[in-house]
Amino acid sequence: MKLVAFAFSGAVLVCTGCTGLKPVQPWEKGNLAKPAMTFETDPLEARFMEHIYSSKESVSGGSGVGGGGCGCN
Amino acid sequence: MLAVSKISTMAIAIILAGFSLHPAMATESGEMAPEFILPGQSGQEVRLSDFKNKVIYLDFWASWCGPCKQSFTWMNSMQTKYGAQGLQIIAVNLDAKAEDARQFILENSSNFMIAMGTKTSIPATYKIKVMPTSLLIGQGGKVIERHAGFRDDDKSALESSIKQALMHR
Repeated sequence: MKLVAFAFSGAVLVCTGCTGLKPVQPWEKGNLAKPAMTFETDPLEARFMEHIYSSKESVSGGSGVGGGGCGCN
Repeated sequence: MLAVSKISTMAIAIILAGFSLHPAMATESGEMAPEFILPGQSGQEVRLSDFKNKVIYLDFWASWCGPCKQSFTWMNSMQTKYGAQGLQIIAVNLDAKAEDARQFILENSSNFMIAMGTKTSIPATYKIKVMPTSLLIGQGGKVIERHAGFRDDDKSALESSIKQALMHR
């Protein structure tokens, strides 16, 4: 019983410890905005694929943030 | 059983404490804009309170941010158009490397004031969540409006806010 309680409190401490991590601030996203940080090699093709996908699914959005972390477009 | 219940209570308390670490509300309309003194583009001091008799359009930008670049052209035209009526645009740079900002300034001319906010607490004080973010500050230093991002569609609304603020000077 004691071991379960100890393991549980340990797990809680480890999980909640992550909440104390400082998130990357919007003005610190310069490196994320670099073209090398994108998953796609060709932005035009990626846009085309996104267009096809959203047409097929009849929904759009949720595919990321424009401007490489800028969060404004 | 009692020990488990105590531990659960502790766990909930720790989780809630974790949530409290997240940033609070941003500097909103009606609040006083926090004062700052920052080095200017050419080394001179830029102090917000020096412009308390003007309507201030305070913009937070970075060289890597596409919409920030687009906003420069618009801010140039606004400064030209409304500068004589009492508008002062102050663009605070938040690049991690000051060199990136200097290069951007060389490539993109500006007729408004630029302040260097690199590695300062200013963006945190103003609770910037999006780049660019702009604040329209009325005479006396009160925030009239806060705007996140910069799109072509925003231009007319922003200009009319500036016009209104200048009329109420």
